[in-house]
Amino acid sequence: MAYIGNTEQQQREMLAALGLASVEELFACIPPAARLQRLPNVPPALTEQELTEHISQLASRNRVGKEAICFLGGGSYDHFIPAVVDTVASRSEFYTAYTPYQAEASQGSLQAFFEYQTLICQLTGMEVANASLYEGGSALAEAAMMALSVTGRYGRILLAESIHPHYRQTVQAYLAHLEPQLVTLPTPQGFLDPDLLSQALTEDTAAVLVQHPNFFGHLEEVEELAERCHRRGALFIVSVDPISLGLLRRPGDYGADIVVAEGQPLGIPMQYGGPYLGILACRQAYVRKMPGRLVGQTVDRQGRRCWVLTLQTREQHIRREKATSNICTNQGLMALRAAVYLAALGPQGLRETAELCLRKAHYTARRLCEIPGVRLAFDRPFFKEFTLLLPGNPRAVLQRLLSRGYLGGIWLGKWYPTLGQAVSLAVTESRSRAEIDGLVDAYREALEAERVAQPYPR
Amino acid sequence: MNPEQLRYTETHEWVAEQDGLVTVGITQYAAELLRDLVYIELPRLGTRTEAGSSFGEVESIKAVSELYAPVDGEVVAVNEAVVAEPQMISRDPYGEGWLIKIRPAANARWSRLLSYDEYQQQIAQQA
Repeated sequence: MAYIGNTEQQQREMLAALGLASVEELFACIPPAARLQRLPNVPPALTEQELTEHISQLASRNRVGKEAICFLGGGSYDHFIPAVVDTVASRSEFYTAYTPYQAEASQGSLQAFFEYQTLICQLTGMEVANASLYEGGSALAEAAMMALSVTGRYGRILLAESIHPHYRQTVQAYLAHLEPQLVTLPTPQGFLDPDLLSQALTEDTAAVLVQHPNFFGHLEEVEELAERCHRRGALFIVSVDPISLGLLRRPGDYGADIVVAEGQPLGIPMQYGGPYLGILACRQAYVRKMPGRLVGQTVDRQGRRCWVLTLQTREQHIRREKATSNICTNQGLMALRAAVYLAALGPQGLRETAELCLRKAHYTARRLCEIPGVRLAFDRPFFKEFTLLLPGNPRAVLQRLLSRGYLGGIWLGKWYPTLGQAVSLAVTESRSRAEIDGLVDAYREALEAERVAQPYPR
Repeated sequence: MNPEQLRYTETHEWVAEQDGLVTVGITQYAAELLRDLVYIELPRLGTRTEAGSSFGEVESIKAVSELYAPVDGEVVAVNEAVVAEPQMISRDPYGEGWLIKIRPAANARWSRLLSYDEYQQQIAQQA
């Protein structure tokens, strides 16, 4: 716990500096009706020692990914993080509470962000990348907002139901009080049917949003979707898994106009609530509509290479209400981690990581489907994540797996009523053959135990 | 065009009427104030304009400024050359640096327009 001093004398000094007589006077501007008169059901105060113990006990009830064998995905993945990532990111020059942008004093940080942007461009096949946003969901929403101003179309935005449900909620929240209609295109086959897209595309559609590989782990028909989208003048926005780009075609090469991603797989630990990393890259033509910070390379007056924040006229401290976005910072330390991760792996390392994920995920799926009654929910190509239909109550099965030490998957019925029997699993390069075989045995036994405990109607 | 024969908005656009069309640009004074122009955004053909409302923007190294339409109407021509090369506006604000042509609507409202002399007085007061 941090020690924060707040003595009576300090309070008096602060009040004196403000020209106030009491704390009560400080809060006088809050109307009485809006104030809490009495704290509801708060137990008596604890001593510092009691409080420390109490919080430690609460914290010890958390289960972290490393305690159980993790097959969870759905936007956060247990990829291996090479030691060089922590070593560079924890250097005191970088490890600060706030990201310094003053060019005269921050060449190191600015260079790191510039390199991050360059790596993201190489990875996605796009022409410009910003210095990062907060996380994948808001990156997708910012891309949708960007498409409105790029196209000047305010009729509708189409998004596939196979996008992460949290990301869709974020887009919805951004658009809730704006003119465009948000239309969700159903994906009952586990992917967006291009014909369905064609029917929904109108002359006033600003953009089409898809995730590839999607929330179910499956590939979308991205080339076909991009073409149909462009035929109607809408932008094609793709949310990707950056690790998948070790194997899959780069979005820039199949016609994506804006690419976003959750950057967590790139050297950032799995953690509830973040910090995570929002990746956003686009075509050069849209750079002035791009949200967030952008680092540019230039030369100083002596001709030496240096870095600065550039195109700040897009941002709210200069353009006020006409700014491209209200995001006026970046996720600096996480962007640095991603840059170090990508640089450490290199193209070959990324490709090998992606291949390992692919092979292990396919091995896991094949083995699990040997269990009677277990099958893949969709007959579609997948990368490192897949969706299974179980013959027993999925939530009870996952609970049994957890008690055996396996985080065995995510129940999808929570978001997709028609997928009440489905769980999704992710398999990264970090999972060993023994762990996978152990998971398969645990699934077999958990399903058998469930069958005995509560016969499932067939 | 001869600046003395043009009319002006209070927001530093010049206005020329010819054959029922209204050509709009920004004044030399505005171009000099903005200095290094790096980017200009103009409307698509067919966009509706409203007197006194923004139809685009110019960006210099330090600032972004709105461009205001002098009259209600429809954009019927856009100078794509200045979009490609914004410096053209500084070089020849009253000629090659024109921005858009508007066909005024029936019963169109106009912004208050100044004569050359009135505009000179305005900028003398602002300077």
